[in-house]
Amino acid sequence: MSAGATLAMRKITKRFPGVLANDRVDFYAQHGEIHALLGENGAGKSTLMNILTGLYWPDEGEISIRGEVVNFRAPRDAVLQGVGMVHQHFRLVRSFTVAENITLGMRQEGFWWRPQVVEQKIATLAATYGMAVEPKAKIWQLSVGEQQRVEIMKMLYRGAQILILDEPTAVLTPQEVKELFRNLRQLAESGKTVIFITHKLHEVMAYADRITVLRNGRSVAVREKAETSIKELAHLMVGRELSPEISKPPNTNQQEILRLEGVCALNDRGLPSLRNVSLTVTKGEIIAFAGVAGNGQRELAEVVTGLRPITTGRFWLHGQDVTSCSARQLIDAGVGHIPEDRKGMGLVPNMAIMENAILKSYRDRSVCPGYWLDHKAIRQRAEQLVTAFGVKTATLDSPVRLMSGGNLQKLLLAREVSAGPDLIIAVYPVRGLDVAATEYIHQLLVEQRNQGTSILLVSEDLDEIFKLADRVAVIFEGQIMGILPIKQANLDEVGLMMAGARASEVALG
Amino acid sequence: MGSKEGTFGGWVFRWEKRLTSSSQINVAIPFISIGLALLVGGLVILFLGFNPLSVYRSMFAHAFFSRFGLMDTAVKAIPLMLAGLGVALAFRMLLWNIGAEGQIYMGAYAASGVALSMPGAPAYIVLPVMLLAGMAAGAFWALLAGIPRAYFGANETIITLLLNYIAVFWVDHLVFGPWRDPGSLGFPITRAFSSAARLPSIAGTRIHLGLAIALALALLLYFILYHSRWGYEVRVIGESPGAARYAGMDIRRNIILVMLISGALAGIAGMTEISAIHGRLQPGFSPGYGYTAIIVASLAQMHPGYVVLVSFLLAGLLVGGFSMQIAGLPLAVVSMLQGAILFFLLGSSIFARYRLTVRRKELV
Repeated sequence: MSAGATLAMRKITKRFPGVLANDRVDFYAQHGEIHALLGENGAGKSTLMNILTGLYWPDEGEISIRGEVVNFRAPRDAVLQGVGMVHQHFRLVRSFTVAENITLGMRQEGFWWRPQVVEQKIATLAATYGMAVEPKAKIWQLSVGEQQRVEIMKMLYRGAQILILDEPTAVLTPQEVKELFRNLRQLAESGKTVIFITHKLHEVMAYADRITVLRNGRSVAVREKAETSIKELAHLMVGRELSPEISKPPNTNQQEILRLEGVCALNDRGLPSLRNVSLTVTKGEIIAFAGVAGNGQRELAEVVTGLRPITTGRFWLHGQDVTSCSARQLIDAGVGHIPEDRKGMGLVPNMAIMENAILKSYRDRSVCPGYWLDHKAIRQRAEQLVTAFGVKTATLDSPVRLMSGGNLQKLLLAREVSAGPDLIIAVYPVRGLDVAATEYIHQLLVEQRNQGTSILLVSEDLDEIFKLADRVAVIFEGQIMGILPIKQANLDEVGLMMAGARASEVALG
Repeated sequence: MGSKEGTFGGWVFRWEKRLTSSSQINVAIPFISIGLALLVGGLVILFLGFNPLSVYRSMFAHAFFSRFGLMDTAVKAIPLMLAGLGVALAFRMLLWNIGAEGQIYMGAYAASGVALSMPGAPAYIVLPVMLLAGMAAGAFWALLAGIPRAYFGANETIITLLLNYIAVFWVDHLVFGPWRDPGSLGFPITRAFSSAARLPSIAGTRIHLGLAIALALALLLYFILYHSRWGYEVRVIGESPGAARYAGMDIRRNIILVMLISGALAGIAGMTEISAIHGRLQPGFSPGYGYTAIIVASLAQMHPGYVVLVSFLLAGLLVGGFSMQIAGLPLAVVSMLQGAILFFLLGSSIFARYRLTVRRKELV
């Protein structure tokens, strides 16, 4: 198998200060296959692929392509050898056209910009691989799925034979995911090697031919899809069995906690991002907002936490009109917030764990009886949080930026939950976390719900939503397309609504 | 995410991001900057035909090891310390107040106005009033930049810089015009203050009460920053405005408060300087203390305690400069050294976040 591989990475080792990211990893891929690189966050998948694309240098090991040993000093070298990567966050210039983005940085195109030639080439490629792209369109006019297609086209244009996609489905609707893999299959059938990085097991089983599993920087297994199962892959990836379902007693409480009526708001660029949003959240329920990122979820979370002004509409907390309340007033009224941007908003990376523990409560009498802070009480508070929520840290005085993603999020959650809020706004609470931390945080959110806290969960992971939520609200371009009790919702329906179909249309169709 | 590397000869240089910024590096950076600045300055001195080592030695000896020089260093450290504390506080909150010079001038202007209009008042009245007037004027001058910044997001760096010129020319206007002493034989100076309006000095030296005020304020500022609720807000806002908003902190109010205090501290420097050293308002009474204060705050990494130490260091550089002059070197060499220190300080802060690795180019 390994002898005739199109791509062979042998005994790749990469160390970062204090971390062994790749430990003698072997990775082989063939032409004509879709190969999944499966592993948890931190397993070393991205490091391995960044080595393959010349972004990092391996400390040890060698790479060969079609039998020849290659030595990439920079991404350009990799591109010349036909290795192309589509990153999770697209590298596109929004105000440029598709054609301009595709050729950006290519010296082979010469000095003068010749749109006809480029557009012709793109059209030929698009026809060959059955991928619809409009060369003259500006990037900002395209949907996320279309932008991803431009990224893939960019690599094909550069003659990529080995195409790597880093978590390609994270930002797509279920329908767009199907479309993506239809395209990838066609690429594979035309003889290219397609590698995609993921931690989603059902995706692997649905679309991959072969799977390499990484765990803790090592390749632990290679499997043909036909010979494996979700259960086996989960075991290989995590190194243990997944814990059973979280128990969630039915919620019969109808007491209203939060009500929004006709809420509209602008985004940072001054464009309408919430349109006429109305909904009611009752005590002790988890209401999840499903939607492709960038459809108003962030703005919604900021409106409800008082960080973003409303242009029209009103909202009530416990029946009291809080439309014009400040962030501080809403904190005091019992609204907790787990923001999307943990390091830029939820925590202060350069400050100590101790000081981050009181970010929301520094005005409380318990830690600040008068004008001066009570450092002893603060230390105590931080210690309580760290022990009660299993945050791993050597000392309370080290800056938060040194903590791992999972620990960081645990600390943030600990602080928000321990304030005893009536409503928690949780925005992508497990994004980027490993399986163990994800489970812990899911458990914690459900516990909070069971104790009567209402949770407004923003997520782009439908599995997460179906696991946690009592009701799901689908948001598209700032509008709510429908709100369904989770028991009556199904994946296809929600997917269609995420792409802009109304609940009524979906039910009829 | 391009790889930051370059080749030179047979070697490959590469910047690698540090995962942890080591505190040793942060401590070392100011010293490295000063060292590099002295190196560059040494080359210039060499070009001017002097021996840099002996020049530096005599500078150092004069500033720190002669009785007169040491006293002079202490005197010059006072305004640097006061203005440096103000600048450090503003920088702490990412407010780039580079207008300490103008705030010093305005503080001196207001204090002089009080002194000149209350010639018969006893010291225990006139000195506190002068101090308050100086603080108020400095604070007002900083607010002219702080309010537009807080309400309209206007760039405080440019506003404070331009206000410096206005303040300096305003003082010029007064001493050349309405406030000129009729008996000054045409010199652009005001009448001398009454002896009650002179800040007392230690007998036989020029070290004045301003030193005690500055040290007390440094201590107070330290406690406010690290032990008070408001100081916590200032530090959070400075580290992460996003987190501050999230925590419900009023950023606008704090911008105004910090600019107010920052300006008031520089205003005090103007008052003590004019009251203790000159005893009258005159043009050019500050040889750029307000600008040197920026270097003080940066070298001190915005920490009030280090501001105290660094003020003495840079005051020594100023004083040592006079010994250079005696040797025949232009005083401008001192300004150049100061500039070079700031230059290397800003430049070498990259080492706090990256490390430079060098290895031999492999033959591919």
